Amino acid sequence: MTQEELKALNVAKSVDARGTACPGPLLEAKKAIGTIEDGDIMEILSADEGTKVDIPKWCSKQGHDYLGTVEENGYYKIYMRKNE
Amino acid sequence: MEENNLKTIEQLQQQIDKLQKKITKLENNRKDQLSIACVSGDLDKILATMIISLAAAAMDTKVKIFFSFWALSALRDPKKHPKGKDLISKMFGFMLPNGKDKLSLSKMNMAGIGPKMIKYLMRKNNVLSLEEMFKTAGELGIEIIVCEMSMGLMGFKKEEMIDYPHLSYAGAATFVTDAGESAAQLFV
Repeated sequence: MTQEELKALNVAKSVDARGTACPGPLLEAKKAIGTIEDGDIMEILSADEGTKVDIPKWCSKQGHDYLGTVEENGYYKIYMRKNE
Repeated sequence: MEENNLKTIEQLQQQIDKLQKKITKLENNRKDQLSIACVSGDLDKILATMIISLAAAAMDTKVKIFFSFWALSALRDPKKHPKGKDLISKMFGFMLPNGKDKLSLSKMNMAGIGPKMIKYLMRKNNVLSLEEMFKTAGELGIEIIVCEMSMGLMGFKKEEMIDYPHLSYAGAATFVTDAGESAAQLFV
C-alpha cells in the first residue's frame, strides 16, 4: 500500500502507545485487538523504532494482515487488519 | 440465484484461506510456548527475562519462567518476614537482595549507583518498571515456577515470596518437561 492509501484507511481503532517503550506498544496492541471486529483496521502509534519491526512479526504470527507504516514527525503509524 | 452461488463460493474460498493459514501456523510451530530457566539475580538479567517474556505473552505465546538460585532474590517480598529460620538461612537472607528493588547490576553496579541510574533512564525512556512488569506478567498469565530445591538451599521460605497469581513450586524435571514441549527455550 502507498503512503496515501494508508493515510486514507478507515481506522476502527487507534492505539496511542507513544508513551511506552518496548514491549509496551505490543502489549497495548494486544489489549486493543480484542476490542475490534474481524476485518477491522487498527493503527498503532509508537515512538519506539523497534515497534515497526515487531508489529509485522506479531501480525504474521497471529495471521493478521500488516498493511504498512507511515512515518510521522518523531513517531510511526503502523496499520494492520484483524483476521480472526 | 447465480449471484447467491457466487457468494457462497466466495465465502468458502475465504474459509479455505483461513484454514490454510492455520495449518501453516501449526506446521511451523511446536507447542507455542517459551520456557526460560532464570538463575541470575542481576537486575539487567531479570529485566531481560521479563521483557522477553512480556513480548512473547503479548504474541499469545505461553510463557513459563523457572526461577532458581540467585534469581529467587527477585521474588522475595520485603514486606514479609518469615519466622523459624536457622542461622545460615538468616545469614543468606540478610546478605542477598531482599526483593526486586534491591537487585544489583552485573556490570557498572558502582555500589548501587548503577541500578539507580538504570532505573532513572528506564523512567525517562518510558520503559515499564520491574514492579509493573511483574504486574503485567500476572495479567497476561505468565507462569512463574520456583525451584524448591534452591529455595531450600538458600534458606528462603514460601512465606516470603511475592504475591503473584501464577506462582507454583516444582523441581528441575518440571522445567525439563516444559522445555521439551516448548518451541523456544532460554537460559538466563
